[in-house]
Amino acid sequence: MSSYPYAFHAGEPLSGLTEFTHSLPSVGAGLWVTVQATVLGAALALLLAFVLGFMARSRRLLVRGSSRVVVEFFRGTSLYVQMFWLFFALPILGFKLVPLACAVVAFGLNYGAYGSEVVRGALDAVPRGQREAAVALSMTPWQRMRLVVLPQAWPQMIPPFNNLLIQLLKCTPLMSLITISDVTFQMDQLRSTTGDTATAYLLLLVVYFVLAYALTLAMNGLESVAKARLGQPAGGRA
Amino acid sequence: MWSWETAREGLPLILHGFGITLLATVFGSLLAVVLGLGIAVLRRTPSRWVTLPLRAAVEFVRSTPVMIQLFAVWVLVPGLDPLVIGIAVLGVHYATYTSEVYRAGIDAVPKGQWEAAVALSLPPVRTWFAVVLPQALRKIVPALGNYVISMFKETPFLSVITVNEMVHEANRFGSDHFAYLEAFTLAALVFLVASCPTSILMRKLEKRLAH
Repeated sequence: MSSYPYAFHAGEPLSGLTEFTHSLPSVGAGLWVTVQATVLGAALALLLAFVLGFMARSRRLLVRGSSRVVVEFFRGTSLYVQMFWLFFALPILGFKLVPLACAVVAFGLNYGAYGSEVVRGALDAVPRGQREAAVALSMTPWQRMRLVVLPQAWPQMIPPFNNLLIQLLKCTPLMSLITISDVTFQMDQLRSTTGDTATAYLLLLVVYFVLAYALTLAMNGLESVAKARLGQPAGGRA
Repeated sequence: MWSWETAREGLPLILHGFGITLLATVFGSLLAVVLGLGIAVLRRTPSRWVTLPLRAAVEFVRSTPVMIQLFAVWVLVPGLDPLVIGIAVLGVHYATYTSEVYRAGIDAVPKGQWEAAVALSLPPVRTWFAVVLPQALRKIVPALGNYVISMFKETPFLSVITVNEMVHEANRFGSDHFAYLEAFTLAALVFLVASCPTSILMRKLEKRLAH
């Protein structure tokens, strides 16, 4: 593979701005792919974060240990390598995933591993007395988790989850390296047809900035709601 | 399927790439650590003409993908060595993270320390270097270390601007010999082997500095 498959397509420089407006639909389609990958990757990561986070607090050494191994493995090997491995190496072993699935699985595994530490930390941070009170009220373990522990741990998880979500978003341009037509790919096509590098890249950076900002706003809203349910003042961050 | 022979053949190339990876990490982190401190100190100047644009720039750089920043600089600033661009972009990107770490560390130094420095009429340079920073740095070393580790795992991004770091070399070996399985598995293992001891080391450091 040349290091970047489409970086230097020769193209007739067209008049910049009209070409940009003509290409809006394809950029929009790329944006949709980026949003899809971010949302699906984050959903998978969230699921894994909870599974691995709960496993990390298990009393059984085997359960705890296997969570530790999985987390260290996916944090220790770079996301970049994981995605390329899924795309290039896995088919050799006889499993072929569609490119978008490679990206989503890589995002999910990598950020799920990071997220599991967040879940574990937040569950550990719920005061002991809360659990003891729930036991005293003879709640079942499931009720204890669902009604007492989780509602208090959840608002603690949201700000670090937001950081991870932004990081995930910032890694999505990697998809364009495994043949996915995300917004980076589409904008790069546009760059090579118009020859207007500065505008294309600046626009692309702005697109990601706006996406990141929107995600942060949404997560702040989520945090306020979660805190309001506990009767705590909603302290959102800018 | 997996072939040990191919793996053995590819290993030297991948390890050579790993050298470049380490080089980029070391110099990128140095830049991030120094520049981050500079940003954090500048953000405490009273003039809004300095702090507001700086804040906007930091916010913009840290919310946008490093891969696109790499491309943009690479294409717009011709004639520079890709490795130099890579180190500079990674360093600046991570400086926006480390500046926040420094800021928190500096904010945590008690107000009385500043007042004492004023009372002793220490010059600003000595206030910073003899009073504030030694106290602030102690607490933030672990956080800085974590950013160094995450930068290490983001160096493969440099391959998109043709820097021949480890993943770039793995990719090249993989396509030349159609040995993607061996190439990327080796690259993953090297990352794993390198990052496990560092995270153990960081945990120890964290414990030692906590006291």
